[in-house]
Amino acid sequence: MTGEQLLFLIVGAVTLLSGLMVVTSRNLIHAALWLVATLFGVAIVYTLLNAGFIAVVQVVVYIGAIAILFIFAVMLTRKEMRDQGAQANSNWWAGALVAAGTFAGLFFLLQGWSGFSKTAAAIPSGYDAIGQLGDALTSPAGYVLPFEVASVLLLAALVGAVYLAFNKK
Amino acid sequence: MIPLSWYLILAAALFSIGLYGVLARRNAVAILLGVELMLNAVNINLVAFWRYGDITQMAGQVFAIVVFAVAAAEVAVGLALVISVYRRRNTVVAEELDLLKW
Repeated sequence: MTGEQLLFLIVGAVTLLSGLMVVTSRNLIHAALWLVATLFGVAIVYTLLNAGFIAVVQVVVYIGAIAILFIFAVMLTRKEMRDQGAQANSNWWAGALVAAGTFAGLFFLLQGWSGFSKTAAAIPSGYDAIGQLGDALTSPAGYVLPFEVASVLLLAALVGAVYLAFNKK
Repeated sequence: MIPLSWYLILAAALFSIGLYGVLARRNAVAILLGVELMLNAVNINLVAFWRYGDITQMAGQVFAIVVFAVAAAEVAVGLALVISVYRRRNTVVAEELDLLKW
């Protein structure tokens, strides 16, 4: 077992365990902090996949913005059901069953696929993945249209969020 | 080298955990936390297929970035809705928000 595999196993185990804590902890602030741990684990997985830019965006956007937004929302709405009362609804066992079934189904589908245990080709020396990504995002032959549409979507969501949360008095 | 299967199994497990959170949690904010886990699992798959496929085709990473933008938009609107509902109804429990149910 190489060091890379060992690192993946440790990071994967930490990611999944903190993911479980996100969906089971009673205190929602703790759940949001466990989400930060999960997101860090996923960022390390991106680094293992040689996707450095995605890993940095994960830390900046997900941890820096989205997780903090969650903590704010929890603080603004946490007066009731903080630690008392059930955190899971009465059908939680059905949810667990559906989730386990989804995992089993995905695993069954994937292990029958021929490319399942494929290994990655080595990256050619001097290959600039970040430069390629920048080109793909800004060239008309690439993905400039989806990129611009995503920015319009973000603007619309920003305006919508301000309108929804605005206190009209 | 790490085989592709490890990443796919990690993503499938993370997706299932998120799915459980969405289905089982009562608090609307916690449901959105579950959705975040599912979006992250999808992103791991996208980046893994980019790395293990043709590395000169950037579609996988571009899609991952679009998913980031959509996730940010979803969280902003979702949490604004939760805060707005909390102001009016004084609750964030999903099963008590049954105005449209019957």
